[in-house]
Amino acid sequence: MLLKHTTDEIKARKALTINPAKTCQPIGAMYASLGIHGCLPHSHGSQGCYAYHRSTLTRHYKEPVMAATSAFTEGASVFGGQANLLQALDNIFTVYNPDVVAVHTTCLSETIGDDIPQIFNKAIADGKVPEGKYVLHANTPSYVGSHITGFANMTKAMVDYFAVSNGHKEKTVNIIPGYVEPADMEEIKRLGDIMGIKTIMFPDTSKVLNGPMTGRFKMYPEGGVTIKELKLAGSSKGTIALGNLASGAAAKALDVKCKVPCQILDLPIGLQATDMFIDTLRQIAGVNVPDAVTFERGQMIDIITDMHQYFYGRRVGLVGDPDQILALAKFLVSIDMCPVYIVSGSPAGKKFVKRLEEITQEVPYEVKISVPGDMFLFHQWIKQESVDLIIGNTYAKYIARDEDIPLIRFGFPILDRVGHSYFPTVGYKGGIRLLEKILDAILDRIDRDSSDISFELVM
Amino acid sequence: MAATAEKIDKFELDGMDPEKIKEELLSRYPTKVARKRAKQIIINKVEGCEVPVIQSNVRTIPGLMSQRGCCYAGCKGVVLGPTRDIVNITHGPIGCGFYSWLTRRNQTDPSTTPDGHNFMTYCFSTDMQDQEIIFGGEKKLKQAIQEAYDNFKPKAIAVFSTCPVGLIGDDVHSVCREMKDKLGINIFGFSCEGYKGVSQSAGHHIANNQIFKHVIGNDDTVKEGDFKINLLGEYNIGGDAFEIERIFKKCGITQVASFSGNSSIDAFANSHTADLNLIMCHRSINYVAEMMEKKYGLPWIKVNFIGAEATAKSLRKIAAYFEDQKLTDKVEEVIVQEMPQVLKSIAEIKPRTEGKRAMLFVGGSRAHHYQELFKELGMITLSAGYEFGHRDDYEGRKVLPSIKVDADSRNIEELSVKADPEKFNPRKSPENLQKLKEKGLEFSSYEGMMPEMKNGVLVIDDITQYETEKLIELFKPDIFCAGIKEKYTIQKYGIPMKQLHSYDYGGPYAGFKGALNFYKDIDRMVNSRVWGYLKAPWQIKPELAATYAWE
Repeated sequence: MLLKHTTDEIKARKALTINPAKTCQPIGAMYASLGIHGCLPHSHGSQGCYAYHRSTLTRHYKEPVMAATSAFTEGASVFGGQANLLQALDNIFTVYNPDVVAVHTTCLSETIGDDIPQIFNKAIADGKVPEGKYVLHANTPSYVGSHITGFANMTKAMVDYFAVSNGHKEKTVNIIPGYVEPADMEEIKRLGDIMGIKTIMFPDTSKVLNGPMTGRFKMYPEGGVTIKELKLAGSSKGTIALGNLASGAAAKALDVKCKVPCQILDLPIGLQATDMFIDTLRQIAGVNVPDAVTFERGQMIDIITDMHQYFYGRRVGLVGDPDQILALAKFLVSIDMCPVYIVSGSPAGKKFVKRLEEITQEVPYEVKISVPGDMFLFHQWIKQESVDLIIGNTYAKYIARDEDIPLIRFGFPILDRVGHSYFPTVGYKGGIRLLEKILDAILDRIDRDSSDISFELVM
Repeated sequence: MAATAEKIDKFELDGMDPEKIKEELLSRYPTKVARKRAKQIIINKVEGCEVPVIQSNVRTIPGLMSQRGCCYAGCKGVVLGPTRDIVNITHGPIGCGFYSWLTRRNQTDPSTTPDGHNFMTYCFSTDMQDQEIIFGGEKKLKQAIQEAYDNFKPKAIAVFSTCPVGLIGDDVHSVCREMKDKLGINIFGFSCEGYKGVSQSAGHHIANNQIFKHVIGNDDTVKEGDFKINLLGEYNIGGDAFEIERIFKKCGITQVASFSGNSSIDAFANSHTADLNLIMCHRSINYVAEMMEKKYGLPWIKVNFIGAEATAKSLRKIAAYFEDQKLTDKVEEVIVQEMPQVLKSIAEIKPRTEGKRAMLFVGGSRAHHYQELFKELGMITLSAGYEFGHRDDYEGRKVLPSIKVDADSRNIEELSVKADPEKFNPRKSPENLQKLKEKGLEFSSYEGMMPEMKNGVLVIDDITQYETEKLIELFKPDIFCAGIKEKYTIQKYGIPMKQLHSYDYGGPYAGFKGALNFYKDIDRMVNSRVWGYLKAPWQIKPELAATYAWE
């Protein structure tokens, strides 16, 4: 037993987080920054933060993750980090030559109160930001919110710094994809493409964090939203923000700044959420949905109807980020599965919890929700009454092993498997993949547990 | 002593002049940066025992991508992380605790301690929120310690400070004292804020100090067993410590404590009853050995269990120390038993690895130790350096008096340690020690990386991403060793990259069996077919030919 000290007896905790289901803002900001073309993320604080964030993102994506740091020592912590950031910008542009440097703060620089825009002004005045190069920043104190908040803040910063209205409406539609995998961003763009819609996606980590092996290392891979596109986003017809927590802030900021109307939707995970996404996109762009998309939709429903007996009534434990678990819970309920324990480490607000309660109100079991909660509590609930399936990140594998429950790895981080950055879970294709994963987990389990006599070949 | 360094020949350097290479590495940098980096990029030149001076353990240059982590990572992640039965609470926002949760592959075997406690699979954090940053986090920390106690009833709780804790001035030590009195278990804190020092190294030092103050010497029971040793600076990545323990057991050597792979707090508390400290990773733990020698009278020797020859040599050193014929015979017998498989494997693999070129940039000992394994395969180390080493790790411990202490190091507490009036017990008389020294056994000494490397190779401290890229472009080494952050960048060039922090989920690599694992892995990597597929057929022959090839 790897988590043998976890018992089913739940003692109230107010101060101690055990086995967190979230991490801190800067890593989310770093991830978002990597979705700008030619951008070097920069962590303004001590170097441990950037080392940890780069390590975790690298382990998750199995790709180079480039970033720089202000490398605070005690002096900078006392006297402020201005000198460090100025020096860093000088070195970064001289040595690594990015188009953009995206600075995010850490708990250290936030606590001492470094004023990044003021430091930027000084850097520009001192000629440390070369002509034609850009800087942007987001405040991402680690003691507020989570990695999702950091992603949202950096995405909003892209709007704040770059989006401008050019006075007339372009044919483009903005899509803010949320804290999802590169493959998901690619899939969302593909759907836009086959509907004949010009989309501007930001951030966009596809082709950045799922790049090819070519024998050449490119510090700035070909993917990512360009500054030109980010500027143009201010003149788009509309914005679709996927996932309120990760994408809502940027969409609203764009509406306020450039009068680009926005629709905030759930992440397009599963049938109804994808339907809603396609339908909204169609209406904003003023196009018809091509048959190819409706065909994919039909394939997905085909699997659900064919395999319904394996979904029906299964109890599922769900742990992850708010936008994800909301969409997943809705998807599971739609195929008659029963999300009974739902935990997110990220705080998401009362309305969010209320929506989760609405989504799960028909579930014929007691549904326990903890937002923000941790994986220790999640495990204790499972100890009290088990589930048929766990959906969660890599760290859930300890619970899965101890309790002998199938696990589907979903969310962030996934440190011990590949595939997540190459194959989407959004859209109808992504839904089909998720259904396959659920079925594999359940059917492998049935095969494993059946006796020689009842072991069967056909369905 | 060693001074075996040969001169590297032009063939191995692809005919390049090391001076020119150094110039090339520096050419892109702004003048001031270049001047500083020039002191950290050294062309090795061994003359007798003398090597050039290398600047190290100095500040990372902001904006240059370094491999380094922080003080907290060195303290909580490296040194305390592998101890299974202490509840380690990270006091700070959630990130630091999260990132140091199970990410170092420290294996442990809880069945070997009576209570079977193992908290390593758990991550404990006070998850500080903005109101605690404003009003202080001591209250929450106290409550968190209480809740950890209520849920787990551990025998010890340790608290680790993160950056904001130091800034807002939470007194973790007084909170720990108060809770220790209240709960009656050992509770202690570490002021290991990330901004302290210039790298992980500061955290090792702080970890050593607190473990020495709060744990070592708490249990005076002298346990049975001959030839009692502690193994210091071995973190049981991929099961290394298990292999070393197997060898000790076979030789009849009793291991009292391991700092800190596969370790427990009781073993720490009892470690001063051993007769000899063995140091693997000098950089992370030499402080503990020094202090134990002063307070309790245990000498220390440097050992290395990476490489079969190095393992045999280290075992012989231990036997020499104990001056016992039976032990000496046993050690020789074990070496005779273990070596044939090693030699067989080398004979099979070496023809495929001989002359291949490696580069190692990692840690504060591994970049040195792993050169032994490459040597055994006939491979050449073209360039190496430490992530957070000090000058003594490069040049040998004799340079200690000439190391200037700068402001960043001065901020780390130096304990003043005296002989314990009751517990000090010199294990060897001065005369005896002298005799052993004359026989060639070196105490409190460490040769360093540079004296054992070839002349003309580049030794680079705190290598930057830019320099890494340049080295790869210039040399196209056959294998590169570094950490996870560097791994995929290097592999994109088509160069196999071996992680020497986590071993890419391989290992163990220590001891005799570990050496066998390493040879196999390196053979697989440098001779892999996959690197030959990088170009598609139409990229190799792009011309269009309108013939039907299969007609």
